[in-house]
Parts: sequence; C-alpha cells; structure tokens
Amino acid sequence: MEGMAGQKSSLTWAVNIAAFLLVLLWTIPTLGLLVSSFRDRDQILTSGWWQSFSAQEATGFVRTGTGDDAVQQDGQYVIEGTVLSEGQSLIGWGTRAREPAAFQPGDTTEIEDGWQLTVAADGTYRLTSPTPFEMRRGERIFVTTGAPARLTTENYNRVLTAEGLGRAFMNTLTVTIPATVIPILIAAFAAYALAWMEFPGRAILTAAVVGLLVVPLQVALIPLLRLHNELGIGKGYLGIWLAHTGFGLPLAVYLLRNYMVGLPREVIESARVDGATEFQIFRKIILPLSFPALASFAIFQFLWVWNDLLVATVFLGNTREQLVMTGVLRELMGSKGGEWEILATSAFISIAVPLVVFFAMQKYLVRGLLAGSVKGG
Amino acid sequence: MELFWLAIGTIAVGVFGCVAWFWGSNWVLDRIYPPRGPHAGDNIRKANQIRPWLFLGPAILFLGVYLVYPIFDSLWRSVHDARGGRFVGTSNYTWLMADGKFRESFRNNMVWLLVVPALSTLFGLIAAQLTDRLRWGNIGKSLIFMPMAISFVGAGVIWKFIYEYRAPGESQIGLLNAIVQALGGEPQLWLTLIPWNNFFLMIVLVWIQTGFAMVILSAALRGIPEETIEAAILDGASPWQVFFKIKVPQIMGTIAVVWTTITIVVLKVFDIVFVMTNGQWGTQVLANLMYDWMFRGTPDYGRGSAIAIILMVLVTPIMIWNIVNARREVR
Repeated sequence: MEGMAGQKSSLTWAVNIAAFLLVLLWTIPTLGLLVSSFRDRDQILTSGWWQSFSAQEATGFVRTGTGDDAVQQDGQYVIEGTVLSEGQSLIGWGTRAREPAAFQPGDTTEIEDGWQLTVAADGTYRLTSPTPFEMRRGERIFVTTGAPARLTTENYNRVLTAEGLGRAFMNTLTVTIPATVIPILIAAFAAYALAWMEFPGRAILTAAVVGLLVVPLQVALIPLLRLHNELGIGKGYLGIWLAHTGFGLPLAVYLLRNYMVGLPREVIESARVDGATEFQIFRKIILPLSFPALASFAIFQFLWVWNDLLVATVFLGNTREQLVMTGVLRELMGSKGGEWEILATSAFISIAVPLVVFFAMQKYLVRGLLAGSVKGG
Repeated sequence: MELFWLAIGTIAVGVFGCVAWFWGSNWVLDRIYPPRGPHAGDNIRKANQIRPWLFLGPAILFLGVYLVYPIFDSLWRSVHDARGGRFVGTSNYTWLMADGKFRESFRNNMVWLLVVPALSTLFGLIAAQLTDRLRWGNIGKSLIFMPMAISFVGAGVIWKFIYEYRAPGESQIGLLNAIVQALGGEPQLWLTLIPWNNFFLMIVLVWIQTGFAMVILSAALRGIPEETIEAAILDGASPWQVFFKIKVPQIMGTIAVVWTTITIVVLKVFDIVFVMTNGQWGTQVLANLMYDWMFRGTPDYGRGSAIAIILMVLVTPIMIWNIVNARREVR
C-alpha cells in the first residue's frame, strides 16, 4: 500500500509540474510583449526582454587625468578619479580594448615602468608612479559596467499621445460597440421565433443558420463592397457596422436559439394562457432569462470585432484617420520594423481591452462556447 | 469627440430602430387582427401566422444580403473576367490550377489543415486532463485560454519577439534564437526558412486555438460518467490506460466538433500570414492570395472570386455535417 501511495504522490507531482510547464509555455509569449513594452528602444535592440530584470552589462572606457591632475603623496605621484557614472556598478576592468574585464574590482596592475593602476569596486581608480607623469592624454581604462534593471512608462506616454494610437483606439471603439449591440437585438427576436413559434419553414431556417455559421467571409468582401458603393454607403462606419452585423448574426441566432429552446416551457405557456402577447412574453420573460446567452454572444462579437483586421481593412479604408488598432499594428510591423518599443507598446494597448473583457467575463465566454459546440455536436 | 457622438448616435438609432420595428410591426399586426371581439380566435390564428416573420424579418434580410447573396454573386464573378464584364466560363479556375502561387497556397492550406487542428486538439486534451484535478487548475486554464482573446495581428507582434533574428554571436533578442544559441546552435531566420517557416506560422494559431479546445474538451471529460472510470481503476487499469482507453473514446464526438471548428478557422486563416510574412518565402495561403488578387495592384475580381468559391467548396462538407448533426439533435 505504501508503494501505491508513493506512486500516487509522484504522479501528482508529475502532473503539477507538467501542467505548470504547459501554462508557462502558453504565457511566456504574452509576458514577453508586456515586459518589452516597458523597455526603451536601446534595451529592446540590445538584449532580450528576459534580461530586463537583471543588470544590463555594458563596456566602455574612461580616461584618467593627466600629469596636471597628479598630486604628490608619500613620494609618489598619484592620479585619482572614478570610472563609473551615476547608477552604474563595476563588473570588471582592463587596460586593453579587447579585454575590458581582465581584472576584478580591487585588483592592481602595473602598466609600464612602475606605474600602478588600481580600480576599486566603488569605481575609484588610483594611478601611481614614482616619477612625474609626462603624458598629454590620460590612460584609458576599459570597464565592464552593470546598470540596474530599468523599466519605463515613457513608451505608453508617447504612443498614446504622439503616435496616433489614441485616434485608432477611438476608431476601434466606434466600430466595435454598435457592431456588438445591434446584432444582439436582431438575433434575439429571430432566435425567439425559431425557438418558440410554430410556423412552416422553421426547420429549414434553423438549418440555414447552422450552415451560414461557417461561410468564409472572404466570399462576401467584393460583392458587399460593390453593393455598398451602389447603395451610396461607400467605405465608412455605417458600412462596417452593417457588415459586422451580418457576419455576426448566424452565431448570434444559433447561440440564442439553443439557449431559448432550453427555457422552461411551462413559463411561456402559462404566460400565453394569461393573455400575454408574444411581444410581452419576449420582453418580460425571454429576454431577462436569456441574459447569460446574450452576454456570451456579446463577448464573442466584441472580441471578434475588436480583433478583426480583414473587415476593417476592406470596409473602412486605410487612411491614417480611419485605421483601427489592428490596422495600425500592421502598418507598424511593415514600415517601421525598427521601432520595436512603439510596436510592442501599441500591441499591448490593443490587446489590453480584450484581455480585460476576457478575464472579467470568462464565465460567460466558456458557457457560450459550450452551448455553441458541445450541444451542436 | 465627434466620433464618440457619432458612435453613440448610431447605437441609439440602431437600438431605437430595432425596437421601433419590432414593437411597431407587432402593434400594427394587433390592430389589423385584434385578438378580441367577434373574430378573436380567427384573428389570433392569422396574426400568429404572420408574427414569426415580423420577428425574423431583419435577421433574414441581413443574412440574405450579407451572406447568401455574396455567395451567388461570387459564383457569378468567378466565371467572368477581371472587371466582371465578360463571361469566361471556367477559365479562371483552370488558370488557377496551373498557377504556381495558387498551388503553393493550396498545398500550404492543406498542411495547415492537418497540423493546426491536430496539434490544437492534442494540446487542448493534454491541458484539459492535466489541469482538471489541480487546485490551481482554473487559473492555469485561464492562462492557456487567454490567447483566444488576442487578435491574430497582436499574436503576430507577440511572436515576432520570439522569432526575431540577430547574427550569430550577437546578443539575441528573439527568445527562440536565444535558446538555440545558448544550447550551442546557430541562430536562424525562422520566418524565411523554407519550408519550415510554415510551421512557425502554424504554431501561432495552435497557441491561440489550444485554449478553445481545452475548454470544450475539459467540459466533455467532466461529463464522463464516474462509474466507467472507477470500474476501470478497480480492474487495475493504469492512469494512461484510463485516459486513452476509457476517457478519450467516450469524448470522440466532442473531439470531432473541436476538430471541425478549428478546421473552419484554419481554412479562413488570413491575418497571421498577412502580417508576419505576407505570403512570401513559400508561406502563401488561400485567403491571403485572394486578398492579393482582390485588393493589390490591378484587382482581378474573377480570379479572386474563384479563390473565394474554392474556399467555400472546402468548407461545404463541414457545413453539411454540422447541419445533419444539428437536425439530429432537434429530433
């Protein structure tokens, strides 16, 4: 029995560790972006984001003073000073460019004919010579320094004010909210009819909705763009709202119908017997009871519209004033490949809103997924 | 600010318009066939025949205009020339079949179709099983599920920080190359490494879709009756056997649903390729190729529509399968 127990606990350990590794693997990419968005360009370009929390190593050199700076002490000529600037720490030093860390802090070395050089851990150096210094320029001391990890919110200031992302943020919001609210209303009525009204063609319509769920929206781009142009809607917010409403409807109707079918029949029947009109039943009974399904779809549609690039590119246009955030990101990735700090920060801002929605409303999202998939199978 | 009011105005108009339509049309219907008076019964029957269509009207209109009509319009365009003027029969299709870029896209799409659903489902299953009994399992699930909320474009940026390349010996800023270099390997330009770059793009989608698979499969795993598992354990089955021989066979239906759902996503994959390689270096896929024909340079709506129709044909089997399943469930 002991062996069994031991096996069990080792299995538990293995499961814990495996699960932890899996979660880590899935989280690290996003974490990398988050950390990068707090680093300045030099940091991003010279070291990986995972090194942000350790000191940054850098090499360089400083020159000592010359003979003019020397003072006499105990019969020796001495030049003193420091190799470090504010905030740096000394990792190693040397006297040759190729070996900037040949000596440890505190070591002493002889440069030439009796010149002794010491660099202490606090960065102060001391160059001594038995004879007066005769040099026009100071000796070079090569140093390897560490700067403390430094994170900055400067990127966020810059991106939100100067880079036009604020505008894109508003554009995205303007696209997203109506495109989320309107399909819910239209779908709720349709779903109620499909779930609780008897009429010929109901089964076919329901099947059609299921079928339309998977239509690739690529098929719709050109026909709709031309239709919008002919109707005079052209490229603009109205067009994209209508398009997203159309594309979101199959899922909305399907989810809501599946949910409404499961509502208790007695409640609806007794309301009908009491003389309530269908409209009253819908408004006073169905709508409040269907809240979880409405919330599920709202989250789906919100995430989908917020994250969409294709529909926005086609129906909204690509001028600077019209770009949504995904469009801005795409431009940044293309043209300004070098501006990593702007790219990282913009990307994080654009995914922050969906992430907040996701974590706040996860329960409804999961419920919606289950209603849409498990039941559908 | 102007934009803000425009948005608010639209919501108000949209919501008010919907409510006005539903309420107004019902009111009119009740006026025409009042549910009281001498013909009350007859009127109610007549009204109930019309009412569903009032409720369904806007939805049918939208679905018809935004999804059904485009399918037929695309079909029509796909047998016409670039500007939609002249009937050209199947020549757009035969041209595509001979085109190198199209064959590359089609082949890539097929590989995507095999790899992404398989890996997402596999990882989803593993994640579901591993996290199910842990005390911190729900947090773990949330974190694995999280990429689902991230846009494909955002994911592209995130993975750029993983795939980035610096010359050998330099300090690597891409995580993958840093690991490779630390292990003594040679850093690679992952996104131009034909043909493996396709797999590096696929990993991004697997990363996004695994959470979805996990959530669905986890619910299915919980739905397995305890008795079957207990019986297997009593019979001396090892944890592996319980998982593969008892649990997995019982959730095969759900696995199929997850698989087909991800398949649909994969067929339409566009953004990831669009922002990460734009189809260069042998990574073209159908949706991006179609975008090229429709919106880049001189648009050719005929060929673009033909690609769209091919996409449509590819999803049709799944569409039919879904409908059959949904109907079986209704009965």
